[in-house]
Parts: sequence; structure tokens; C-alpha cells
Amino acid sequence: MTSVDSQSSGPAGWDYSPAPERTRVPIKDEYGLFIDGAFRAPKSRRRFETINPATEEVLSRVSEAGPADVDAAVEAAKAAGPGWARLKPAERAKFLFRLARRIQERSRELAVLETMDGGKPIKESRDVALPLVAQHFFYHAGWADKLSYAFPGRTPKPVGVCGQIIPWNFPLLMAAWKLAPALACGNTCVLKPAETTSLTALHLAEILQEIELPPGVVNIVTGAGETGAAIVDHPDVKKVAFTGSTEVGKHLARSVAGTGKKLTLELGGKSPNIVFADAAIDQAVEGIVSSIWFNQGHVCCAGSRLFVQESIADEVIDKLAHRMRSLRVGDPLDKNTDVGAINSSTQLKTIERYIDAGGDEGAILHEVNDQPLPEKGFWCRPCFFTGVQPSHVIAREEIFGPVLSVMTFRTPEEALSRANNTPYGLAAGVWTNTGSKIFEIARKLDAGVVWCNTYNKFDASSPFGGFKESGFGREGGLQGLRAYVRL
Amino acid sequence: MPERLDIIKTCKLFIGGSFPRTESGRSEPIHDGKGRVIAHACVASRKDLREAVESARRAREGWADASSYLRGQILYRMAEMLESRREEFASALSTTSPLTPAKARREVDASIDRVVRFAGWADKFQQVLGCQNPVAGPYYNFSVPQPSGLVGILAPDAPSLLSLVTMIAAPLSVGCPVVGVASETSPLPAVLLGEVCATSDVPGGVVNLLTGKRDELIEPMAEHREIQVLAAARLKPAQRELIQTAAADGLKRVNLLEYSESDWNDDDVAASPWDLEPYIDTKTIWHPSAT
Repeated sequence: MTSVDSQSSGPAGWDYSPAPERTRVPIKDEYGLFIDGAFRAPKSRRRFETINPATEEVLSRVSEAGPADVDAAVEAAKAAGPGWARLKPAERAKFLFRLARRIQERSRELAVLETMDGGKPIKESRDVALPLVAQHFFYHAGWADKLSYAFPGRTPKPVGVCGQIIPWNFPLLMAAWKLAPALACGNTCVLKPAETTSLTALHLAEILQEIELPPGVVNIVTGAGETGAAIVDHPDVKKVAFTGSTEVGKHLARSVAGTGKKLTLELGGKSPNIVFADAAIDQAVEGIVSSIWFNQGHVCCAGSRLFVQESIADEVIDKLAHRMRSLRVGDPLDKNTDVGAINSSTQLKTIERYIDAGGDEGAILHEVNDQPLPEKGFWCRPCFFTGVQPSHVIAREEIFGPVLSVMTFRTPEEALSRANNTPYGLAAGVWTNTGSKIFEIARKLDAGVVWCNTYNKFDASSPFGGFKESGFGREGGLQGLRAYVRL
Repeated sequence: MPERLDIIKTCKLFIGGSFPRTESGRSEPIHDGKGRVIAHACVASRKDLREAVESARRAREGWADASSYLRGQILYRMAEMLESRREEFASALSTTSPLTPAKARREVDASIDRVVRFAGWADKFQQVLGCQNPVAGPYYNFSVPQPSGLVGILAPDAPSLLSLVTMIAAPLSVGCPVVGVASETSPLPAVLLGEVCATSDVPGGVVNLLTGKRDELIEPMAEHREIQVLAAARLKPAQRELIQTAAADGLKRVNLLEYSESDWNDDDVAASPWDLEPYIDTKTIWHPSAT
């Protein structure tokens, strides 16, 4: 235990008054499936409840798309395909520009809804997610009529109907990452949001109606794994894009084997975040906070393995504990909240199982944040482990929660070999004020994104995606277009 | 009784820069057009494949870290060595395949030129496939292609030399070591190619070439966790499914080529940046920009 852990000082006496976001969002009692430009009752006749994970209140009832519903959605997308692909590219661009604008204009409503349905702090949905969503459509809009410049020597053609399956951690942002490049390249889409976070995608469908996107160009079907499987297995789906767990990603890779379908996968991670002794320590500590506690740690690229050079380990751990103590955990709609609700009770149980496993294997749990938690809802205080061995399950497996494993190293070579000693390769962080070291470490890390002296930064123009078992294909930037064209 | 008995060559595998016999103790005769045995080729086993992968893995870091200029020069040196054995390659092709001598010469010439083409790509693809990204914030952000790792290659039966050369030179130019399985029906050019590599400046283990039966090697290749990318051409549908299913577990990248004979001959089709792209992963690097 470090000295800071035993101190009793903290934010006590520094209590903030509640600062709830007051914007009211009209949520319907139930939602249909968005197929061929209209909301339709599910042929499956099945619906499921979606709850607010911070209160456990039912927000709405969402349709569960069965095979017949998926058929209808794919058929609509297929029928809309030729017209959308034939549309003058500059006109296709204008639909996406218009979409970006409408999202900006309705951004507060969408941010509040994202927070209510998913549990993320309003300051993150309002200041990070929604601006990135709008930017993603705006950025890709401009590509629609410039694709031949992106692929020198080739005339890119659309792939066809894209089946796109997205996770619950950044619901609307992931929808944007999938839809924007597909549409810009002249494809039509069937999108399935995650079952716990369907609402913002359904409000996006309303916006697609508002901007008069031709019917069938985007279809949004809600449901769980079976709905996703029906999309992936549909013979008229020519491209599958998936963001989610490595386990499901491997399953999808097997299902499309031999079908000729294009596949891109953005999967899990156990990303290393390396802090050298010559780093700017205070900035590094802020970077660690954002690397693991951003979005409750529900981030595929979370810096969940922290490697600190031995000579500064005590200082970094003390400062990290101090900083962790001051994080505000609670009502996601409160504008001061840093760490919101865990997305679901299932995920909370998974995280708790990992925390138990960490202790069982002999790592030391630091959980100094002692603010009272709301009685209802799913909560996990931010925490970290020290005394972690590379063989520990908390050092190897993706936890997808606010749980950090802290390890130390002596030499850059040791840091590199331990950082790369994982089947994953999504992201990595490096902290040092030595320029030459930055480039050498960044070059040698097996990771699709390397944040140097920063962490968890995203941009529509910046390609994102993994090495090794973190998947293949990129999303965002010029390279992100590749998955949605035939050359 | 002939006046002089021919020396019939026993062609060996090319692994780690040397020429071992297959551990399987099996070989197949190579016939000329008249049905006479002119050589024997090894039938490589799973264990030979594992040996080849091991040696490629050991060579992986060194080849990826070599400067692009150096990789380009080594590929060009390969072309020089090929050129000096042009007649031998043409004769091997025309003797052991249905090609006429004129067509065989054309394939050899195209193969040599193809290596030169990729020699030139070694220090240029980074600028074509990479870029700086105009992020909305005080950051310097750029995307660079990095070699994906060890590449397994299943060459088609024909064009036996041009396809193998193309499929090998592309990953080599971006910094990936290769383990190639030669044309099953016409393996002799691959054997000669191994000899060319051994006498060029290609570091041992960077190129490994096996002869044998595709059906025996396809599955262990697709399953092998140390092979990061598997490239194959003109497979049957069942083989494509087998490869992609076996590759799923390690999320191996699979590059299936369907080039026709004229495609193989067309640099814009078979030796473009889009033929290098399957062997790279894009890495995006962020750094704050501030004083």
C-alpha cells in the first residue's frame, strides 16, 4: 500500500451541488424497426426493454428483428443500392453534409439520450461523442466525389449491401463510424445497434427521414446476437463490419469463410500505456486517468496495462491514487460526473469477477474512491491493481471496466517486449520527453494507434483499428474508405 | 546404353538460407515434355513447413528493420541474379510445362521485370499508403504502413514463375519474410528461384521455399499462429473456405488472388500499391503539438 492510500483527505468538504442536465428528450414508449425509410412493427412480434443503467428504469420497448425482418431490411438495402450508387457523387455528399448539420442541431437531445440509455457521463457524450459523430459524417461527406484520388490508379466501386454490427460503449459514434464511409462510397447499409443501447440509433433514423435520405439506403434493425447472425449470414450482404469482442469477431470470421464477403473487424484490446522516467509526470498521470477511466473503462483501446519505469513508480502511483480519489462517480446526467454507470448488470458482474480474480491471484487492489454510490443502478468505483504479474488474468484479458493493472519495468527493451506480449494490438501509449525515444518505441509497438504523450484521442480523419487479434481494417481517415470499395 | 549417363538433380527445399532435404523422405519426379525424368523435387511435410516458419520468424525483425533502400537494393540484386540465369529459367519452364520456348522466355523476362518493379516500391509505398491526418486539435497525427509480419504463400500452378515471384516480391518489398509453396505441377522454377535467393544478398530465412502437395500444406499453413498473412491464388471454393475457416482462430489476414494470366502480366493489376496493401497494417501516431 502506498502512503496516499492511507491518508483520509480527499474531496470530502469539497462537495459539489448537483448540476443535472435538464434537457428533456422525447422517448417513445416503443420503437419499430427502421426499414425502407419507415418505422415498422417487427414481423417477429417480439420487443425487449431498454433500461437506464443509472436508475434501472425502463426507458422504452425496442423491437427484436427476426429473420423475416432482417430479410426485409437487406432487401430494402439491396433495392436502394443501384440508385444510391448511380447518384451523382457530389449529391451523395450533400446528403451526408446535411446529416452532419442536423446531428449538430439536435446534438444535445442525442447526448442526453446516449447518457440515459448507456450510462456514460453527459460531459463525455456532449463534449466528446456527439462532436465526433457530426464530424465523422461531415468528413466523409466530402470524400464521396473524390474517391478516385484516394485510390491512385483505380476506379473505386461500391461493394453493395453492408451489414454493420456495433457495440454498446459508443453507440452513436460507432454508428457514424460504420455508416459514414459506407454511404460516402456508394453502399447501402443494414445497421444493428447493441441491444442495451438502441435508442440513439433509432433517433438517428428519425434524422435520416428528416434529411430525406432515399428509403432503403440505411436500415436500422434492433436486436441481440441472433439478429446480428441473421445479417452476417444473409447471402445478399456483401460486406460485414463488426466492432465488439475478439471472441465474436473470430466467430464471424468463421461464418463468412468461403462466402466471398468482405470483412472488417475492430475487436478487443489490452493496450499498454508506457511511462518513462523522463516523462512529464503530471501530464502522464492525467493521461493515465483518461486512458482507463474515460467512459467507465468501456473502451476497446483503454490503456488497461500501465507500465511505469521503476524509478518513478512510487511517485506515479501516489499521484494516480490522489487523482482517482477525486473522480466523481455517480449520476451520468450530472455535468460534474467523471465516471458514470456501468452499461449493464451483466457487464458489472464481469468486471467484479475480474476484480476478485486480481485479488485471488495476489495483486493489490487500490480502491481509494469512497464516495457514496447511488442505491439503484450499476456502479463500479475506479480502481487499480499493483503487484500485478504478467501471467495474472487481469494483465492478460480485456476487462472493459474502470480497472487498471499497474506494472513496472527497468529498460525500454523490457517495456517493449512486455507491452507487445499480448495477442491484442489495438492501441498503445508512450510518455517521455525524449523525441528519439518516442519514435523508436512508437515504431516498435504492435498497435494500430499509438498515442504519444496523450491518450484516447479520436478524430474522423485519423484511421483507427488494430494489429494482430484486435482485428483488421481501419475506420476513419483515407485508409478507412478501403473496406467500402472494390478496386 | 547412352554414351554418358545424365546426372539427375535432386531438388531440395530452401529453408533459412540453406538447402535441406525434406524430413519426410519423399520426392516426386519432374518430367520433361517427353516423359523423361529430369529431376526429383522434395515433397515437403508439415514439419518442413514448421521449420521454414521458424526460420522466417527469426528473420522477421531484421528484415522489417532493414532500411527500405537496402530492401530495394537486395530485391534489385535478385533481379540481377535472375537475369544472369535467364536461359536456365526459360529452359526449365519450357521443359517442364506446356509453355513454348518463346512463351517461357517471355514469362522469365516478365518475372525479372516484376522483381525490379517491387525493388522500386520498397521505399515508395510508405508515401502512397501513408499520410498525415488533419485532426481538429493541437496534435501532429500521421499514419504509416508497417509490415504485417510473416507471410505464407500458396502459389498457383501457372504461371509458375511469374506468380511465385510476384507473390514473394510484394511482401518482401514492404518488409515481410515469406514462406512460399511452389506450383505443384511445375516446381522447378521455384527451386531455381531458391538458388537465386541464396546467391543474392537476401538474408537467410527471409525467403523460404517449399515444393510439395498443396492439399497437404494448405491447412497447417492456414492454422499456423506464426504466419500473420496468408496469400493464395486461384484456389478451389472448398480450399478458400478451408483457409478462411482455419485462419479465423488467429485472425490471420487472408489475401486471395484471382488473377488471370493477363492480370499476372499487368503491373497495374498485379504490382500496384493495392498488391502491397495486404501485407501492411496501418499504424497511426498522435503527438501533441505545443510549446
